[in-house]
Amino acid sequence: MDLLGHYNYYVVVILMMIGLYAVIARGNMVKKIMGLNLFQTAGFILFISAGKIIGGSTPIYREGVELYSNPLPHVLILTAIVVGIATTAVGLALALRIRETYGSIEDEELVEDDGEDWSFGDR
Amino acid sequence: MRENGILRIVTRLLIPLIMLFALYIQFHGEYSPGGGFQAGVMFAAAWILFVLIYGLEAGLAVIPERVMFVLSASGALLYAAIGLLGVVLGGNFLDYAPLMEDSQSAQQAGIILVELGVGVTVASVVMLIFSLFARRRGEQGESWPAEGDD
Amino acid sequence: MSIVDWMPFSVLLPLIAAPVCALLPGRMLPWLLTLIAVLASAVISALVLPQAVQAPLSYHFGNWPPPIGIEYRVDAVNGLLALLISMMALVIVPWMRQSVNQEVPQRQGPFYALFLLAMSGLMGITLTGDAFNVFVFLEISSLSTYALVAHGTRRGALLSAFRYLIMGTLGATFYLIGVGLLYIMTGTLNMADMAERIPEVADTRAVRAAFVFIMVGLGLKLALFPLHRWLPGAYSNAPSAITVFLAATATKVAVYVMLRMVFSVFGVEFALSMPYEEFFLVLGGIGILYASVQAIGQRTAKRMLAYSSVAQIGYIALAVGFVSIDGLTAGLVHLFNHALMKGALFMAVGAVVYRLGSNRIEDFAGLGREMPWTMLGFTLATLSMIGVPLTAGFISKWVLLQAAIADGHWIVVGVVAVGSMLAVVYLGRIIEAAYLRPAPEGRAPVREVGLWFQLPMWVLVLANFWFGIDTSLTLGTATRGAEVLLGVGP
Repeated sequence: MDLLGHYNYYVVVILMMIGLYAVIARGNMVKKIMGLNLFQTAGFILFISAGKIIGGSTPIYREGVELYSNPLPHVLILTAIVVGIATTAVGLALALRIRETYGSIEDEELVEDDGEDWSFGDR
Repeated sequence: MRENGILRIVTRLLIPLIMLFALYIQFHGEYSPGGGFQAGVMFAAAWILFVLIYGLEAGLAVIPERVMFVLSASGALLYAAIGLLGVVLGGNFLDYAPLMEDSQSAQQAGIILVELGVGVTVASVVMLIFSLFARRRGEQGESWPAEGDD
Repeated sequence: MSIVDWMPFSVLLPLIAAPVCALLPGRMLPWLLTLIAVLASAVISALVLPQAVQAPLSYHFGNWPPPIGIEYRVDAVNGLLALLISMMALVIVPWMRQSVNQEVPQRQGPFYALFLLAMSGLMGITLTGDAFNVFVFLEISSLSTYALVAHGTRRGALLSAFRYLIMGTLGATFYLIGVGLLYIMTGTLNMADMAERIPEVADTRAVRAAFVFIMVGLGLKLALFPLHRWLPGAYSNAPSAITVFLAATATKVAVYVMLRMVFSVFGVEFALSMPYEEFFLVLGGIGILYASVQAIGQRTAKRMLAYSSVAQIGYIALAVGFVSIDGLTAGLVHLFNHALMKGALFMAVGAVVYRLGSNRIEDFAGLGREMPWTMLGFTLATLSMIGVPLTAGFISKWVLLQAAIADGHWIVVGVVAVGSMLAVVYLGRIIEAAYLRPAPEGRAPVREVGLWFQLPMWVLVLANFWFGIDTSLTLGTATRGAEVLLGVGP
């Protein structure tokens, strides 16, 4: 059991738990989005750190190199990062609109079905 | 922030360099780290830096919002067009081999073109997100910090 | 070109139409483009299905062979689902026209573009054979769905969309972490290839953790009790047309992905060695009872139907908890039938919202006389939900009960019976208000809605009866799909 050599997994787990705690325990919407970002970043680190092969060099094809690190996780996580940015943008846009129509962004105080209409003039 | 001399001069030096570096990353994406997404974000960051110093109206005079909208859609359509080109020329979707005779240069050509589409879309979308958020704040009646604050 | 070459275009045509649609001005052009794209997708799905049931079809993107490249793989399980999604979209788009004109009067170009993205995202999840590609299309469809839900007319739509966003992104990230662990252990992302490599590493903690992560992530997406909290708000506050589309398709696709991952990738023995059966039987059963009881106490029709959807997902979870041909057949056939039932019900409620502006149950009073065709459609769809013979709902419940009796789970039989009785209670409230109560004093007379609303709803209502009588398509394909998942049969 290589306890110290697996430090990348410890980082993943710690970040994941901090992010998940922020999403669940914090009422402010912007803090929830920040927690979501941390949580997603932990997932990314899991993928990328697993791509590094011990003794492998950078994955650019050249003479005399036998073992390359795996470039595929990087490409996958690039896609996932873009997805994370889009999620953050949509979340912040929603938080902005909620602030304008409700006056606050504390999630616990807000009620979904209070029947108030949101007229189209606000768009 | 226009009054602050240090900020003005440093950004005048930096913005062209950032844009140039973004173009470098864009076109070297097919054989070194880089590609459409990173380059698009850097290009948009250069524009956002310009807006932070010189104001949103100056930034929108450079690229109006309508143009950003059209560019974001056309980048995605360029990507789809390259994919369909592969189908029209006899292969599968996103098949680069029928594009040119030499298989290696066909792959390079295909990758550069789709990454160009991705870069255009990403840059225009990030700029659009920033300008939509920034314009909203102005409409709410809360003003930016007064000029000459520092 | 054979049909295999056209297969990915059922995903690609709506996807390419979306950026074009975002730029189109006005109201007629975006709707027309959406209709054309959805029609093309439905035609391709209909042509693909007969061949896919006999033998799996495979398309290699970029001509890279799997497992190096991404492949789209259609067989009996996802062929039926792809047909369902595209056909539901085809029925909904004509229905949407007047409803969206009233509820989302401005910027319809981006609205229809979001709808096309959501639909092509769901189709992409269904057709792909690559585990990471599922994540990408899952997020495409989810993000556009969050934005679509936020277009609702009440300000609660923003809040519902935000809560849906938080929970949905958590679910998708759990799925991503699970796929990451699988990639680390097997070295591949192609689902068929993973299925071959997992048995050698099946005993490790990483693979078991991956199984649990994927289960929980997809459980959030399919609104399995107790991870269903986002669904009532999202369904009741979204625009009526979006509620119809979501109720018919979104959670079904998550059920499909879960079945694919559990049975095709991990394998039946692995699923049995983990607490898979208990998980789904218990949570499905509790979900049915809890959601049905909650549905009785709701004041608006949409929220009541949303809790009913959670209960129906409980039925599907119960069905797939039986790891047998009958159980999986019941689950797959109920995926299809429930879309027809809920689609018709939400369309009827949407027509009422179009005329009245409200969907509170007390406002339904007297509508049996003022909107006779709409309420007749609602009543017939209710018969299907309860499970009256000759309807599609009866077929689903019949196969489910057969699976339960074959396994000796008599508690399940009791739960299904109680669930059906509760469905009579909560759906009966609307029917009682419409037919037995007089219209409230002083309300202006309400006209019936026009053909744009009636024809799609009646297509769905009659489909309920058609597929209740002639079950060859649904039951036949579902049985074949169950055989493919369990790895038995020819």
